Amino acid sequence: MEPLNALIVLLNFVIVPATAYGAQLALGALGVTLIYGILRFSNFAHGDTMAFGAMATILFTWFLQGAGVTFGPLPTALLALPVGIAATAALVLITDRAVYKFYRAQKAAPVIYVIASLGVMFIMNGLVRFIIGPNDQRFADGERFIISVRTFKAMTGLDEGLAIRTSQGITLVVAIIAVALLFWFLNKTRTGKSMRAFSDNEDLALLSGINPERVVMVTWLLVAALTTVAGVLYGLDKSFKPFTYFQLLLPIFAAAIVGGLGNPLGAIAGGFVIAFSEVGVTYAFKKVLGYLLPETLKPDGLVQLLSTDYKFAVSFVILVIVLLIRPTGLFRGKSL
Amino acid sequence: MSNVNMKNILLFAFVGLLIIGTGFVQSWNVALTIFNMGLVSAIMALGVNMQWGYAGLFNVGVMGFVALGGLAAVLVSMPPVGEAWAVGGVRMLLALVMGAATIVFAILVYQRMPSGRARGLIVTAIIVVGFFVYRFVFDPAKVSIEAVNPASTGYLGGMNLPVILSWPVGGLLAAGVAWVIGKTALGLRSDYLAIATLGIAEIVIAVLKNEDWLARGVKNVIGLPRPVPYEIDLQNSQSFVDRMSAIGADPVTASSITVKLSYAGLFAVVLLIILWLAQMALNSPWGRMMRAIRDNETAAEAMGKDVKKRHLHIFVIGSAVCGIAGAMMTTLDGQLTPGTYQPLRFTFLIWVMVIVGGSGNNWGAVLGGFLIYFLWIQVEPMGLILMDFITAGLPDGSALKEHLLDSAAHMRLLTMGLILLLVLRFSPRGLIPEK
Repeated sequence: MEPLNALIVLLNFVIVPATAYGAQLALGALGVTLIYGILRFSNFAHGDTMAFGAMATILFTWFLQGAGVTFGPLPTALLALPVGIAATAALVLITDRAVYKFYRAQKAAPVIYVIASLGVMFIMNGLVRFIIGPNDQRFADGERFIISVRTFKAMTGLDEGLAIRTSQGITLVVAIIAVALLFWFLNKTRTGKSMRAFSDNEDLALLSGINPERVVMVTWLLVAALTTVAGVLYGLDKSFKPFTYFQLLLPIFAAAIVGGLGNPLGAIAGGFVIAFSEVGVTYAFKKVLGYLLPETLKPDGLVQLLSTDYKFAVSFVILVIVLLIRPTGLFRGKSL
Repeated sequence: MSNVNMKNILLFAFVGLLIIGTGFVQSWNVALTIFNMGLVSAIMALGVNMQWGYAGLFNVGVMGFVALGGLAAVLVSMPPVGEAWAVGGVRMLLALVMGAATIVFAILVYQRMPSGRARGLIVTAIIVVGFFVYRFVFDPAKVSIEAVNPASTGYLGGMNLPVILSWPVGGLLAAGVAWVIGKTALGLRSDYLAIATLGIAEIVIAVLKNEDWLARGVKNVIGLPRPVPYEIDLQNSQSFVDRMSAIGADPVTASSITVKLSYAGLFAVVLLIILWLAQMALNSPWGRMMRAIRDNETAAEAMGKDVKKRHLHIFVIGSAVCGIAGAMMTTLDGQLTPGTYQPLRFTFLIWVMVIVGGSGNNWGAVLGGFLIYFLWIQVEPMGLILMDFITAGLPDGSALKEHLLDSAAHMRLLTMGLILLLVLRFSPRGLIPEK
C-alpha cells in the first residue's frame, strides 16, 4: 500500500492543485496571447483586468446571495459570471475606444501600446481598490468539497486522504468548456477565421475585406470573457485580493511566452508547464519519499527544493531557459 | 537647442512653488520630506531615462534595482554580528562561492561543448549536482546564523563603514545584476526584456523578504547609521539651541529641519553630479551613437555599431543609477523594510515620471521626478478634500459616505494612470521634450 499512499499524497498536494492552477493560468495566458496576436502588444493591464472581472462578479454574487438566490451545491459566483463578463467587456471596450484606438490609427510602435497599458493598469488597479478595497474578499459558497479527506479514507481504507475541492473541479470543467468554445470559435466560425487571418497577415486580411475594427472588438470581447472566467476561478480557488492579481502577471506572461506568444495551444501548454513546475519545485517531498523509500533512506529534511515564497523565481527561471534555448516558445508562436 | 529657455525655467519654478507652497500651507517638514524624496525620485527617473530615452530599452524592474541599493546600505553600514560570523559566516561564503561556481561552470561547459543531447545532459547534471551541494553547505549555515539572537540580529550584519559608501556600492550591486539580465534578455524582442526585468524585480524582493541571514527579511533592519547628525544630538547641543533661539526658531522643529536640509544638500550634490555626467554623455559622440541606435537599429548596425553591446552598456549604467538612488532612499529612511517595495510605487511610478517629464531629456526626467512625487504625496489629501466635498450632502454615517471617504486613499493610482494616459496621448514628448 505504500506506493499507493505516496501516489495519493502526490495527487492531493501537487497534481490536483497544480492542475487547477494551471487551468487558471492557461485561461489568463490565452487572453494575453489573443491580444498579442491581434493587437500585437503585451498587455500589462491583464492582471488588473482579471481583478476587475472578478470584482464585478463578486459584487453581483453578493447581490444574489443577499436576494437569497443560490446555485445548490455550486458556488453562486457561477450564476453571476455572465454579469461579470458583461461588465468587463464594457470596461475593455471603453478602454479600447478611449486609449488604444488612437494609437492604432497612428500605427504606433508596440512599446507605446505597452506604456499605454501601464496607464490602463494604474487606472484599473485604482478602480478595483476604490470600489471593493485592497483587502481579501471571500465569496465562495455551496459545497466545499467534491471528495473530502475523511470520505476518501473511509472509501478506500488508505492512510492518506485525497481532497478535491469544488472550486478545483469547477475550475477544470469551466476551463475545458471555455477553451473548447474558444477553439470552436477560432476554427469554425467566419469571424474566428477572419481573426486568425488578421493575426497571420494583417495586410492580406485587410485586402480581402476584413474589417479590422470588428476583429479588434471581437478580440476584446473574448479577452473580457477569458479574463473574467480566469479571475473568478482563481478567486474561488484561493481568495480575491487585488494585489495577488497584479502579481499573477508574471506567471501568466511566462506561460504565454513559454508556449509561444500568439499561439493559443501554446498558452494552454505553457500554463500547465508553469503551474506544475511552481507547485512541484516548492512542494516538500518528505512525505512522498517517506512512503517510497525504505526505512533507512528516509529523508530528515523537508526535501523541498525552494521555499514557496520563491514561486515567482520558478516561472522566471523557466522563462529564461525558454528564451535562451527556444525564443519562439514551445509551439512556435506568433500566429493564431 | 538649449534646454535653458523661458518655458523650462517656468516649469521648474512652478514645481518649486508647489513645494514651497506646501511649506507655507502644511509644514516645512512635509515640504522638505517631499523635496528629499523628489531628489531621490529624480535620480531614479534619470536612470530609467537613460535606458528608455537614450536607448529605447523597456525596463520594468526598477523596483528590484532600487531594493538592491537598499540592501547595499545595510551591508555597508551596519556593524557586523561577530557571533553570527563565528557560527556560520565562512560556511555561508563558501556556499555562495560554490553556487556561483556551479553557474559559471555550467555556462562554460555550455559554450565549449558542441550542441547536442550530450551537452544538454551534462549541463543539467552540473546544475543539479551543484544545487544539491550548494544546499548541503548552505542550509546549516543559514540555520545557525539565523539562530543567533533572532529578535535583534539573526543575520551576518554589514561592514560598519560610513553609509555614504553604500551609494556607489548599491550602484555596483545593481549593475552586476543588470549585467546578468542584460546578457540573457537583450537582443530578443523588447517585450521579453520587460517581462524578464519584471521577474527579476519580484525575485530580488522575494530574496530580501526570505533570506533572513542576509538582511533580516521581513523583520527589517532598523537604525541604519546616518551621514548627518541626529535630531536629539542637535537639541542637546547648547550652541545649536542658542543659535536657533537667536533667530527665534523652536529648537525641536529646527533640529528636524536642519537634518532634512543636510540630507537635501547631500542628495542635491549626487543629483547634480549624475545629471552633469548624463548631459555630458548625451551630448558626446557616444550619446549620438545611442540615439542613432534607438532610432534605427538596422542602420546603426550597418554602420558597424555593436547594437547588443551598446544596449548592454546603457542597461547596466541606467540600472546602476537606480541602485544608487535606492541606497540613498534607504539611507534617508534609516531602515530597510522589504515589505514596502511595491511595483506600482517603485517601478511604474518612475515610468510615469519619465514619460511626463519628457523621455530622452534629462532635465525632463528631473522635473518629472519632482512633479510626480509631489502629486503622489499630495493627491491623497486632495482626494480626501474632494471626497469630503462630494459627500457633504450625504447623511453622516451612511455606508456610501464611509466607503467613499475610506477609498480616497486609492485616488492616487487613478490619478497617476490618468496623468500617464493624458500625457502619452496629447503630449507624447512630455513636458520638456527631447530637442
